[in-house]
Amino acid sequence: MMPYIIKFWKYRELLYQLVIRDLRVKYRRSVLGYAWSLLNPLLMMAVISIVFSYMFRFEIDNYPMYLLTGLILYNFFNEATTLSMSSIINGGSLIRKVSLPKYIFPLSRTVSSFINLLFSLVAIIIMFAITWTPISWTIIFFPLPLIYLFIFALGAGMILSVLSVYYRDIMHLYGVILTAWMYLTPIFYPAHILPELPRALMKFNPLFHYIAVFREVVLYGQVPTLRSNLVCLAFSITSLLVGLYVFKKAQDKFVLYL
Amino acid sequence: MEEYAVIVDNITMKFNLSTEKVDSLKEHFVKFLKRQNSNEDFYALKNISFKIPKGEPFAIIGGNGSGKSTLLKLISGIYKPTEGAITVNGSIAPLIELGAGFDPDLTARENVYLNGAVLGYSRRFMEQSFKDIIDFAELWEFVDVPVKNYSSGMYARLGFAIATIVKPEILIVDEILSVGDVSFQKKCEQKMNDLLSRGMTLILVSHDIEQVKKMCSKAIWLNRGMLIEYGDVDTVCSRYMQNS
Repeated sequence: MMPYIIKFWKYRELLYQLVIRDLRVKYRRSVLGYAWSLLNPLLMMAVISIVFSYMFRFEIDNYPMYLLTGLILYNFFNEATTLSMSSIINGGSLIRKVSLPKYIFPLSRTVSSFINLLFSLVAIIIMFAITWTPISWTIIFFPLPLIYLFIFALGAGMILSVLSVYYRDIMHLYGVILTAWMYLTPIFYPAHILPELPRALMKFNPLFHYIAVFREVVLYGQVPTLRSNLVCLAFSITSLLVGLYVFKKAQDKFVLYL
Repeated sequence: MEEYAVIVDNITMKFNLSTEKVDSLKEHFVKFLKRQNSNEDFYALKNISFKIPKGEPFAIIGGNGSGKSTLLKLISGIYKPTEGAITVNGSIAPLIELGAGFDPDLTARENVYLNGAVLGYSRRFMEQSFKDIIDFAELWEFVDVPVKNYSSGMYARLGFAIATIVKPEILIVDEILSVGDVSFQKKCEQKMNDLLSRGMTLILVSHDIEQVKKMCSKAIWLNRGMLIEYGDVDTVCSRYMQNS
């Protein structure tokens, strides 16, 4: 364990540089820059709330906030895993010429997406002000679901980055999977409208749990139960362990396929 | 202290040409349907063993496609050998090509920090060394110009300056000195001699037999993945010259 930590510490500067570069690239040549992290979910929320207020109506109090909390978490997962997936391929020119810890590529992508997530939390604060939603003290627990989600996304990103090296067309397939996943997660509809079977299957959807805990602490003033914390943690740890295992097994061979 | 900087123990490096071409699910599926067997093995290196003593300038010579670059990538840890083992004692400047970690859109200043990070050096260390690096590369005029606008010589100068700033225990130099002009080549040779006198191990890959003879004391000669000759630089070089 110790050698891994020493090596990670040695390369912390690289992680920092890669994250900075990701953030710069994302907002290069855009006038509003980081404001996009905040505007994007707000505009998405506006569009979807209008659509769903007129076309389908769900019995949800404070629908814009319900939507926004779900969207922001889903957007992070979407961005982090999509960027991580291509991270090894994009880092190919370095990996082929320099010996360095390769997990740093998916890790940096997940971290930079997480920083975007933190920016977009400002959108939630703005909506609190606009909608006069009362803020409960339980909001102090908000980092918990975010950390769980970060670990989960990191593990998933590592698995995807390995897969995409061997099977390039995963990239196209994953876009479809993500869309399906979005519709299968109660982001813009309440979980209780689902028929029985999908609702039972919802237990196995990690995003459902993370978003539910996040809404509990931010919107509903509830302290998440030990049980739901453990469920979230179990998904996260499993994802990370599988990710690390797959990555470790594959990393020596990457270089031959890049 | 160990006697040897690098011990290469009976290594073989095998590439599978056919599977490494396939990189999509579709192709895997088609191959599965056709029941193709992939047996296009290619041995880039076969049963190579040698030792590089500490503090000695060592040369690897051989024609194109002889496995020199593969061997360097194995020593610097980019590849893992199919068989055999490599032991490296000491810190290695893990650079195969100068400027390998450069981002063409960034300026020299930004690239110095990025490249330092790629090599695992701390920011504080790079800040302290920044002046020395640009001094050595003689690039003060162009320090805020994106490196994509650099000439290949300037590129190599910056790369060499960064790679040698740390005083690595093992330095691998792959054909780079051919890029710079004569005065910079001299400067590089001087720098390498300087580092050698401090006990650094140099591994030089070159086609330039004169340079190899001048700089190195031991050499190996590779041909088509086989080790042909291993020993004193003059003997190896003269046999290489006779046979090519």
